[in-house]
Amino acid sequence: MSSSAFVKQLSGDFNNLEKRLSIWTKLNLDPPLLFALVVLTGFGLLVLYSATDGNQAEMRRQIIFIGLAFIVMFSVAQVDVRVMRRWAPLMYLGSLSLLIAVLFFGSTTNGAQRWLDLPGLPRFQPSEIMKIVLPLTLAAYFSRRAIPPGLKHIFWSLVLLGLPAVLIAMEPDLGTALLIGVSGIFVLLLAGINWKLVGSALGVGFLSIPAMWIFYLKDYQQQRILTFLNPENDPLGTGWNIIQSKTAIGSGGIYGKGWLNGVQSRLDFLPEGQTDFIVAVLAEEFGLAGVLFLLVLYIAIIARGLYIAAISSDMFTRLLAGSITLTFFVYVFVNIGMVSGILPVVGVPLPMVSLGGTSIVTLMLGFGILMSIHSHGKTAFRYAN
Amino acid sequence: MINDITLKDHTQERRIFLSRLFIGGIIAILLVGFLISRLIYLQIYQHEYYSTASDNNRIYSQSIAPTRGLIYDRNGVLLADNKPSFNLTVIQENVGDLDASIDLIQSLIELPEQDVEDFKQRLRRRSVPFSAVPVSFALNEEEIAKLAVNQFRLPGFQVEAQLVRNYPLGAPIAHALGYLSSITEEELRNLNAEEYRGTHQIGKTGIERFYESLLHGQVGYETVEKNARGQIMNELGRVDPIPGEDLILHLDSNLQLAAWEALGDFRGGVVALDVETGGVLAMVSKPSFDPNLFVAGISQAAYSSLNDPIETPLFNRALAKYAPGSTMKPYIGLAGLDSGVRTREYQVQDPGYFILQGDSHIYHDWTWWTTETGHDLVTLAKAIYQSCDIYFWDMALDLGIDRMADYLAKFGFGENTSIDIPHASRGTLPTRDWKMENLGQPWYPGETLNSAIGQGYTEATPLQLATATMVLANKGKWRQPILLKRAGLLNADIQYESAIPDISLQNPDDWDFMHQAMQDVVHKDDGGYRNNGTAYPHIAMLEKMPYHMAGKSGTAQVIGMAEDFDNDAEVPEQYRDHALFISFAPVENPTIALAVFIEHGVGGSGVAGPIAKTILDAYLLNEIGELKSEFLPNLEPELDRDTNQAPELQLSSIDSIQEEL
Repeated sequence: MSSSAFVKQLSGDFNNLEKRLSIWTKLNLDPPLLFALVVLTGFGLLVLYSATDGNQAEMRRQIIFIGLAFIVMFSVAQVDVRVMRRWAPLMYLGSLSLLIAVLFFGSTTNGAQRWLDLPGLPRFQPSEIMKIVLPLTLAAYFSRRAIPPGLKHIFWSLVLLGLPAVLIAMEPDLGTALLIGVSGIFVLLLAGINWKLVGSALGVGFLSIPAMWIFYLKDYQQQRILTFLNPENDPLGTGWNIIQSKTAIGSGGIYGKGWLNGVQSRLDFLPEGQTDFIVAVLAEEFGLAGVLFLLVLYIAIIARGLYIAAISSDMFTRLLAGSITLTFFVYVFVNIGMVSGILPVVGVPLPMVSLGGTSIVTLMLGFGILMSIHSHGKTAFRYAN
Repeated sequence: MINDITLKDHTQERRIFLSRLFIGGIIAILLVGFLISRLIYLQIYQHEYYSTASDNNRIYSQSIAPTRGLIYDRNGVLLADNKPSFNLTVIQENVGDLDASIDLIQSLIELPEQDVEDFKQRLRRRSVPFSAVPVSFALNEEEIAKLAVNQFRLPGFQVEAQLVRNYPLGAPIAHALGYLSSITEEELRNLNAEEYRGTHQIGKTGIERFYESLLHGQVGYETVEKNARGQIMNELGRVDPIPGEDLILHLDSNLQLAAWEALGDFRGGVVALDVETGGVLAMVSKPSFDPNLFVAGISQAAYSSLNDPIETPLFNRALAKYAPGSTMKPYIGLAGLDSGVRTREYQVQDPGYFILQGDSHIYHDWTWWTTETGHDLVTLAKAIYQSCDIYFWDMALDLGIDRMADYLAKFGFGENTSIDIPHASRGTLPTRDWKMENLGQPWYPGETLNSAIGQGYTEATPLQLATATMVLANKGKWRQPILLKRAGLLNADIQYESAIPDISLQNPDDWDFMHQAMQDVVHKDDGGYRNNGTAYPHIAMLEKMPYHMAGKSGTAQVIGMAEDFDNDAEVPEQYRDHALFISFAPVENPTIALAVFIEHGVGGSGVAGPIAKTILDAYLLNEIGELKSEFLPNLEPELDRDTNQAPELQLSSIDSIQEEL
């Protein structure tokens, strides 16, 4: 073969490659991530069908929300995230004022003021928006500063992190406040904050546990923790949920009782089986095999997210992608940990599976950002070459 | 050059980020491993256990409230029992449209909005699926019938029978027994939640509160098999609740009712104690309230009528503190003798008034207001039966307030000495230190005079007065007042050591001397000027009594009045004097000690005295007006008296032992 023929053939291969990639690249989508998400939501709907007892109305609502979430993801993926960096301060201030507004004008359900009714918009929780905006803001902040950050910048980033966390805790919604705090902390950790600082912060945290217990935690929150430590103490009261969910998981065994055959959920013994405790329904009907399958999907999504973060070209997108992915992992871990009884009960839904529209839309918005980072990063790389 | 540096920094930054991301990934993998091992533990190692538990889930466990212990009086008369009451309950999971159902129910029976609110709150607190939540309590037969007819339109709703507390004797005994009412949020926090699951009510005052832990019993569980709709298919097992202990009180319901009747239209309090045991034979406060109202859930109107500022039916006058007046004289007299300040023969000239040196105020004896003279020459005995203030003022100056208080404290004044009546007032026993501590002022001699006749700062409850009288009747031997005689049919009477030291006098004959002086208050009739007992014209003169009664009257000023204000009918009721009378009987063989307090009753001897006599008669005399044989002095050995105490009760207890065997 002549060298020119070889070059020709090679360039032809390149062209083919380019053609194949371009379908997804043009759409700004990441096939592995998209595939995992589609399988996950499909599997989730299957479980939800059983958990809601085949409730048509709720299934339809959930499917509409999932569709909407994919549209949101697709739309966000079309925007180059680097543009968002410029808008980060404005988005942060906007979200913060919504959080302040909710404290004054929010509607109260079950003793907490979390929802905002704005004319012309559907009811929403401003804290959901903050789940994305906070890591974005912090990533933008650190991307303009030296890595690892100095004490001054750490201080200011903690202020940026603390304001929304405190506002959300005041609603009160301690669970979300902590998770938002965690998403911010991840940015700090990824930005290379000194381990000694992390260690001493953890130490102070541990030492302040007794004070928090006495002065801050409300009765029902203390009760949840006591129940976690010993659910058999009050089996028909606050310990009921956790005992029933452990029973559901344990009785599922390796292969489960089969779809639509879960005794625990069928007989309504398992409370919140459609929302926070849905993994117990899954574990009962599909067994250990089903939970492992679910975990494999989650691991695939997280691994892809970390990969996108790792190969990303600039610090802003790296930090953002890393934080979004690790926070997603925390949701998964906290939910399954709580349902299987190794963590106290906090109101965290199982990502992409639990009934409830807003959380799915927010999560898919995050994945849209991941896809945007990856896709626009590739184009940028190509242009650079 | 510059380009070089930035490039170098970028690589450095990227390396830091990647190392952090790597650590994050490792931690995530470890945590997922942790989750997986937890799931393996639950689903493989514990699979068998949880499979059984899941099967057992259809096998459903619900708590059964224990039956509350009954309360009897000493003669086996039922004072508190449990009778069935019908409640409307609902299992939310079986209801279609809850609001529509509630509307329908409101059209059938009376169900105020407030009750609906309360019900919705109970519904929110419920955490166990398919558990019944009460909607409306204490349905009457008509309401039950209306609901039964419409049952098919009310899926999920059910009329359930439940035992509720019932007090057959009602108001006269309410202050002694207390009552049961709904558990408040605050009480719930301090309770063992497990034990009280299924129990809706708790003792609020009196016996019901103090012995709550005995009366309540232990919660039971019922295991039933339920289908997916939560309907019970099968009862599979049952851990029966353990009923609360039955309590037998020292209370004598006949005496209690007699005391209630004897008070007539007066407001007041009565406490009667068994001299031998300290058992409370009667504890009456009038006016009172129907305790059954609280059990059913009291209406706003009924409750506000119970808060009348003058009648105050919820206020227990038997345990409240009042100026005891001259009823203190026997104890202060004994203090004078025992401390050596006075002899029995010592005489005081009483011109009808007393002048304290350095005090411009002239202290007048009570005799002054009828004729402006005194008692002439007075010994201690006469100072008791004629209730001479001058003698006690004269003595008090030598005794001093602190020594006086020391002796009164030995009789239980200033303390709550009861075993099971914790909410009784401790009264006030003033001393120099007390006044400095509480009012920040020094003690004045005039105040010693006031204290010597049970006025001024001195305050005591009818319970304290009865207790002190019992100790006096017992010649110093202490018994602490107690309501509970026995718990549970199989147990013997409760035995307890009095924690308060007995009083021993230098000369034990002083006890008999004081008993005689107090008998003279009621029985001394020999003529001569102001030489009969103060209560004689009102009690022993009127009829021949088959026993001797010892007593002492007290008339306590409510406010200081102008001294020429002698016609009590002119005085508005709320300013009239309180009337008191303490007594014990029979003097030869003291059995019962009694204190009677009449709010604004004016005359200790004239009003409270005859009431005390009526109450003693009710306890001591049989149907034909003779002294009951068990109270005859020194005829039967102690042992026989004991077995005669509660014959019916002993019989029933033997029966039930045989049943159990």
